[in-house]
Amino acid sequence: MKAAQGHLNDVIRFSAVDGPGNRFVLFLQGCNFNCIACHNPYTINECDSCGECVEPCPEMALWFDGRHQVVVDDDVCTSCDICIEVCPYDSTPLSRMVALESVLNQIREVQPFISGITVSGGEPTLQADFVASLFCAIKSDDDLSHLTTFVDSNGSAARTVWDRLLPVMDGAMIDLKALDPITHLELTGADNGAVLDAIRYLAEWQRLYEVRLLMIPGMNDSPDSVEKTARWLYDIDPRMRIKLIGFRPHGVRPQYSDIPAADPAHLEELATIIRDTGFSELVVV
Amino acid sequence: MNMEEFRASARSIVNDPQLTYPQRKHYLAGLAESALEYPPLSDAAREALNKRIICDIFEGPAPYRARYILPDYAKALTNGSAHLELEPAKDLDEALNFLLIMYTQVPSITGYPVYLGDLDKILAPYVADVADDALYKKLRLFWIALDRILPDAFVHTDLGPDDSRITRTVLRIERELLQIVPNLTLKVDPERTPDDLILDAVKTVFEVGKPHFVNHPLMVSDLGEEYAAVSCYNSLKVGGGSHTLNRLNLKEVALLHQGDVESFLEETLAAYVELNAELMEARIRYLVEEAKFFEHDFLAVEGLIDLDRFSAMFGIYGLAEAVDILMEASGKEGRYGHGEEANQLSYRITSRISELVAARPLPYCEGNRGRAFLHSQSGIDSDLDVTAGTRIPIGDEPEMFDHIKAVAPHHRLFQSGVSDIFHVEDPVRRNPTAMVDIIRAAFREGMRDFTFNLASNGFIRITGYLVRKCDIEGFDEAGARHGSTALAAGSVKNSHIMDRNVKRVLSRESSPRAPE
Repeated sequence: MKAAQGHLNDVIRFSAVDGPGNRFVLFLQGCNFNCIACHNPYTINECDSCGECVEPCPEMALWFDGRHQVVVDDDVCTSCDICIEVCPYDSTPLSRMVALESVLNQIREVQPFISGITVSGGEPTLQADFVASLFCAIKSDDDLSHLTTFVDSNGSAARTVWDRLLPVMDGAMIDLKALDPITHLELTGADNGAVLDAIRYLAEWQRLYEVRLLMIPGMNDSPDSVEKTARWLYDIDPRMRIKLIGFRPHGVRPQYSDIPAADPAHLEELATIIRDTGFSELVVV
Repeated sequence: MNMEEFRASARSIVNDPQLTYPQRKHYLAGLAESALEYPPLSDAAREALNKRIICDIFEGPAPYRARYILPDYAKALTNGSAHLELEPAKDLDEALNFLLIMYTQVPSITGYPVYLGDLDKILAPYVADVADDALYKKLRLFWIALDRILPDAFVHTDLGPDDSRITRTVLRIERELLQIVPNLTLKVDPERTPDDLILDAVKTVFEVGKPHFVNHPLMVSDLGEEYAAVSCYNSLKVGGGSHTLNRLNLKEVALLHQGDVESFLEETLAAYVELNAELMEARIRYLVEEAKFFEHDFLAVEGLIDLDRFSAMFGIYGLAEAVDILMEASGKEGRYGHGEEANQLSYRITSRISELVAARPLPYCEGNRGRAFLHSQSGIDSDLDVTAGTRIPIGDEPEMFDHIKAVAPHHRLFQSGVSDIFHVEDPVRRNPTAMVDIIRAAFREGMRDFTFNLASNGFIRITGYLVRKCDIEGFDEAGARHGSTALAAGSVKNSHIMDRNVKRVLSRESSPRAPE
């Protein structure tokens, strides 16, 4: 099914941290996980127009329209993000529905400067119709078809969803929060069966660009669990690219902000474990 | 200046504990020159010079050497030099020895050569039978010698656009030695320069803040195949150079203008362009006709430079302020770099200057068909509250895409150099390909030069040259911009900054000393 509109949180025209080369990144609104370590929790939920943000807005850029929906005046908004701070639902009044053609025009403008585009979020596979339409449009446009198309995902999508993306997707970056299902549930509020299956499936199709392991102190960063995870991944594909990321409290919700930042020395120990497993392509952040 | 003041100035240089012996000699020479009278100027030009609306960058009132000289080193190595009593070089050792000797005899405004040759090309004939490890060892020692013998941040060499064993070895040595000297440019040709070489150069920037990248095809179309970027951001003809660089302060011109934008472009701007050209003409004539530089210097006598490949550089700066002042005077919103109307006005201003400069004949400028080269001048340390060249003010730059789009249209006009510095964040270290994407696209957009800086390496770019952060530790950025001025004003108690060794490397071009 084609979708001519996507629910967009924001775009970044130049990003050096969302896949290979310089990339245009779309952050789609909405996620089906509820990770305690989420760095942009305002992308989790859809705005329900409760209006808690309307009055605090110092620019008076927010108001209710005739259908009692919160709308924003882009010309007045200064992106001070106070609406995001006061939002009780991990959402934002600033996300919006955008037309596919308008996204394509933005990409056309920057295309000489980029290696490709990445859809992130939020969880982009929740809008798989839009993502597939976007990738398809890029691959069939003479000016854009050289761009690579990547998805940055929590891995929760089923094979049937990936099957729709695979013909037009060059690579996926999958977060694996924990190999152990109970730890995964604690960290994300969701089971990891689909994630593990997505990693296997994408690796099989050679579209797994990177697996990301976010190390949250005291939660998923014991040497033992990292070693098990590394072995599990190694059995799937020993050439897999692994990115080991140390948790930083920046951006996380107040109730989780007392989780300490990852200790670089400990992170280096975990990196050694992963290298010793046999992986050669390991990036530590 | 009366004799008493002259003696006091000389004494303050002789006794200055911050200056090394060669630095004292250099400044004493400048002081002596400053005691001479200026070449004849009209009253209007004299007044504009006194007010620094037009500026000779303190080159001195009696020019006796061209500002930038680009000797044909390849020719020297092939023919030998009678003046230097050197035979043609037959192997790499002889070539490196020849060059080190010759560098000490190449004049420039700074007293040090601003151009060392395109070293990958001029050394190529001598390396065929040199093994990789021997090449590395010899070049490494040569590189150390350059930094110690020529301690000025404006000593410059060029690499590329083709890949070579020498090019790669130089980049490796740069990453290892982390020296300020030499300043470095990589010529990039979309057809000839492989991604992997640009990538290697990008990784070198991460470590040591250089090279700059230049758009080779654009340079060749303006200057011919035999050109080089020298000093910093000055692109000129090899075997030639620039007699002088005089610059027009567009902010000051805009401030004294009364009237609309049209009359600014047609009258006020045109009048001051003429005054700056008059200043250039007077200085060029003195150099060529009175000091007779081209009649006696061995480089000219031996055909290593040719007056016909020289021109002079017409510099501008303060475009950002000029645009903002004119916008405000017209009651319009928007400022340079942040609004389409302001940006369009900036293009009108530089296009108009380009027309005016192209219509003004200058003597001894056959290197550019009897006209000056236009140059976006990147500032000197004493500039306050005025932005370098055609740059967007520091701290006010929009995101990189908008930044490139705003400044790129200026670049084609400035044959002898233009620069914008892009600051990138540390995570790009893990993804250097992103910079390769941007550099290639910036040149497709028409940029002439692309320079970027990483916040986390040990170097800081000031106007275009590098200083080591450890050399200015304890000074905030504003302090560092004043270079020697700030140091002079500072207490000798901070002697770890003033330590002779620490200030061994100077940046003379950016810190010209005005006679006090």
